[in-house]
Amino acid sequence: MAVVSMAGEAVAPVGLMGRPVYELRGVSKTFVRRNVQALDMVDLVLREGTFSSVIGPSGCGKSTLLKIMAGLQPPSSGSVVLEGKSVMGPRRDIGMMFQQATLFPWRTTLENIVLPIEIRDGKGAARAKHDQARQLLDLVGLKGFENVYPGELSGGMAQRAAICRMLITEPAVLLLDEPFSALDELSRDFMNMELQRICLERNATTFLVTHSIPEAVILSDVVYVMSPRPGRFVEAITVDLPRPRTLDMMTDPRFGALVHRIRSHLDKGAFQ
Amino acid sequence: MTQAQVLAPAIPEQTVWAERVSWIDRVPRWVSMLALLIGFLVVWQIVYLIELVSPIILPSPLETIEDLFVVGRNLLTGDYMLMALWITTQEVLLGFVIAVVLGFALGVLVGETAFGERAVMPYLVAINTMPKVAFAPLFVSWLGFGIASKVALAAFIAFFPVIVGTAAGLHAADQNTRMLFKTMGASRWQTLVQLKLPIGMPHFFSGLKNAAVLVVVGAVVGEFLGGGKGFGELIRVAAAQLNTPRVFSLIIYLSLLGLATFWIVAWAQRRFVFWHKESVTEETLAQ
Repeated sequence: MAVVSMAGEAVAPVGLMGRPVYELRGVSKTFVRRNVQALDMVDLVLREGTFSSVIGPSGCGKSTLLKIMAGLQPPSSGSVVLEGKSVMGPRRDIGMMFQQATLFPWRTTLENIVLPIEIRDGKGAARAKHDQARQLLDLVGLKGFENVYPGELSGGMAQRAAICRMLITEPAVLLLDEPFSALDELSRDFMNMELQRICLERNATTFLVTHSIPEAVILSDVVYVMSPRPGRFVEAITVDLPRPRTLDMMTDPRFGALVHRIRSHLDKGAFQ
Repeated sequence: MTQAQVLAPAIPEQTVWAERVSWIDRVPRWVSMLALLIGFLVVWQIVYLIELVSPIILPSPLETIEDLFVVGRNLLTGDYMLMALWITTQEVLLGFVIAVVLGFALGVLVGETAFGERAVMPYLVAINTMPKVAFAPLFVSWLGFGIASKVALAAFIAFFPVIVGTAAGLHAADQNTRMLFKTMGASRWQTLVQLKLPIGMPHFFSGLKNAAVLVVVGAVVGEFLGGGKGFGELIRVAAAQLNTPRVFSLIIYLSLLGLATFWIVAWAQRRFVFWHKESVTEETLAQ
């Protein structure tokens, strides 16, 4: 295994040494019509099996960054490379999840989960994935709900199903856009721990956009702090808390120090 | 007994009380509907008895009910009235099918393409603002006095709500779901068929319900203005003969035709949009 030395990094968790999966070099985005520079020279490397987050104030370009990484928008300049190939549009090896579960109420949970397969490969291929979809339901703790319509699922259960739908194509990278922010606080903490478990179990490479500093710290190996207009990373903070993380770690002084450090960046940005 | 009562700690009396609901909100539905109908008939009878309106133009309720039986017998025995009803039913059904097919096609054009929204929609809105009934003589001169001119007018009057319902439905998918379909690499066709059309079904069906009512209006107006052998013609003739009880009873039977088309649409909505709560639970008469 090639070990990349990272000068300047403190104690990097083992995962940070993994193979680079997703690489962004000098990515900028300017919306010419509105004359807004949303992103300025963003560099980012996601290594296999690591969990990274980006945090920043509203309108700092997080969503734009995520859309570029998902192949939904082209960058104005820079390179966006996933698994050695430039991202030129939506790809099956990119899994994505949004704030809303967006399950379709006329499909059963199982049919919702295999929808990405049905869209890409047709109905027959989707049917062939039913067993795998059931295993995923098992993984997220929704066993026995395959024939239930989404109207009968709670918010947290719907997001679990959305996780399955994201995983069914076996993506190389998971892009999460504030996935649990519509849930109540208790469910949200719980779902974050579930997310960690699922990611660890599958050795997933994950990138999370969030507004919540504690959420970013408890989940991530690296937290990127973003400044607004134009959006750029002001610091990449390595979180060296051991895995698996628990909610109890939120009372750990190291956790508090990391939260404090991120908060100080964001407070500075807010008054500029 | 008395000893136990003395020894027992003081238990507060149970605080059970009923929420007050006014009596008028507690009346069962069928009772209130029946009461309303009887009240209406009584007022009608009084108006008739004191000759508030000339008896020549306003029949008594009894006369009307009597005629309801006459017309009903005629319909059941398959006499000329049944033929008339069948003709009007054909006009209504054909008009409805044409309105739905045409309205759906134009609705997709308007709701899905920029060309349709920018170029076609303004013309459709302009056509909709025209008094469509005024086209009836044109349809008669183009299509003759037969069933075709009535079907055309019925479809013409009913198709616009279907366009609006379809187009509004196509815009019902929110930003998130459309983005999700994009990330799955869905084509425009897939997005239309698997996302926009199903999500738009409730809107589409409310358009259909409007059309189901309007199509009967179109067919009957067509018969008034273009002759033929339908129910509208029977009404026109009865009115010309000042046979007002007959007019009333014919209208009542005609409204059953309107109710039937409406119910078919409502049934289809419950069947196909089972996942939409409002579509399933909504009162069938509410639109």
